[in-house]
Amino acid sequence: MTSASRWGLRTVVLAYLAFLLVLPVGVILYRTFQHGLSPIFDTLTTSEAAHAYEITLIVALCAVALNTVFGVGAAVLLVRHRFPGRRILDALIDLPIAVSPVVVGLALTLVYGSRTSFGGWLTDHGIQIIFSLPGMVMATSFVALPLVVRAVAPVLAEIGDEQEQAAATLGASAFQRFTRITLPSIRGALAYGVVLSLARALGEFGAVAVVSGRLIGKTETVPLYVLDLYNNFNQTGAYAAATSLVLVAVVALVASRFLRPRGGLNLS
Amino acid sequence: MSQLASELRRPAVRARVKRPALGPSVTGGFVVLFLSVVVLIPLAMVVYRSTDSGWGGFWHQVHSPFAWSALELTIVMSLIAALVNLVMGTAIAWLLVRDKLPGQRVLDTIIDLPFALPTIVAGVTLILLFGASSPIGINLAYARSGVLIALLFVTLPFVVRTVQPVLLELDHDMEEAAASLGAGRLTIFRRIILPTIAPAVAAGTTLAFARALSEFGSTVLISGNLPGKTQVAAVYIYGKIQEDSVTGAAAVSTVLLAVSLVVLVLLNVIQRWVARRD
Repeated sequence: MTSASRWGLRTVVLAYLAFLLVLPVGVILYRTFQHGLSPIFDTLTTSEAAHAYEITLIVALCAVALNTVFGVGAAVLLVRHRFPGRRILDALIDLPIAVSPVVVGLALTLVYGSRTSFGGWLTDHGIQIIFSLPGMVMATSFVALPLVVRAVAPVLAEIGDEQEQAAATLGASAFQRFTRITLPSIRGALAYGVVLSLARALGEFGAVAVVSGRLIGKTETVPLYVLDLYNNFNQTGAYAAATSLVLVAVVALVASRFLRPRGGLNLS
Repeated sequence: MSQLASELRRPAVRARVKRPALGPSVTGGFVVLFLSVVVLIPLAMVVYRSTDSGWGGFWHQVHSPFAWSALELTIVMSLIAALVNLVMGTAIAWLLVRDKLPGQRVLDTIIDLPFALPTIVAGVTLILLFGASSPIGINLAYARSGVLIALLFVTLPFVVRTVQPVLLELDHDMEEAAASLGAGRLTIFRRIILPTIAPAVAAGTTLAFARALSEFGSTVLISGNLPGKTQVAAVYIYGKIQEDSVTGAAAVSTVLLAVSLVVLVLLNVIQRWVARRD
């Protein structure tokens, strides 16, 4: 490239990234810290805020745990086994990528809401899913569903199954083969998938907004709390809570950067 | 000796093979059950409930002025966002692979920020920078351009992340050979680089489009959600859920799902095209 066109490209790209990425994040950091640390400390230590962090953590950890088991199981199934409907399963796992979070919330409400026949039956038996933690876990699990599968599957395909077969001939049980051979060799990719899922789960907004009912102090997560504070003109609080999520995102980014297997996340 | 070893080994292998393979069926059962309970049955219910009052009712809901304009706005803005990031994403990938800038590693990392940042946080940051009290004097709040800025933000990484690995693997030899045969820079780009990266560019753009179609959190603040003007489909659906209008919410959701499904199929076709070229 000529130096003129190189500088042209650099200028356009850097200006675009500055306006779209760097300035927005810079402005919110500035507005959060502009009056020092004490207002941040005040807003983030109220009982409402503490509760929001607690709920967010519980929901995210449950959803990530479920998705990890599902993700490893589905990856092993897709890579190691041939069965009828395999390609359909493969395609269905990517479905959540293309579904709007709000539609996810609506979908779960239409099956598990207390006014539906199944949800009503569950409510009669003392199980509440919508406007409660189980529904929030399901919604979070839905939106982050493909991440672990897509992180683990390529690595599983690459390592092959010779070692597992060798272990089998030496008498290792299926469980031993999984814990001693398969799991250690997908460790890095699994960690990458878990970090991505956790980042997604901690920040989920739309789907959780619908299924949680946004009951303040009960089912409110930090992303919902951010909007709540903003709408109540508590901007200092909103910016502080938002910044705490920015920091979580940055940590996740850096962690995933180190964990990312070559080739990255292979979406579908 | 080795014969003896294999003789000794054989019974163990037989014993293992004879045992019914319980593992895969238990795993398979769990995977299918989980997928059905969390994803498939709920989505099927959305499609089913969208026709609660027949096809006429479905069409009536989709064709109501605010629903229609929300769908129209969403599709048009998503398309524009995907196309802008097609160009910018390719340029960014080029810069990351072919240029030497100080701080390039940092740049490479922050590209993924829109993936990691919660959408509502993106919404708050964007309204701070591009809202009514913008420190840089650009006010896009309650305007369609505000919706576009939010969609550009959330779809930024897709094309970069699909094109970057292809550019990394692109062989310099071919470009040098073309140059030695007298090809100009433009010819080299058009005849060698472009055909190689085109499938990746297309895949990234399709993913970006699908993501933009479904976007909710980042647009909810800056757009102001003016019905018929700046309200996107996801926000319209959210409003219908709050109003308890199941058919209205389900009908527009079904249209959105259908468009996404078409996009996913398209992506699949593109990726098979890529696989064949490899």
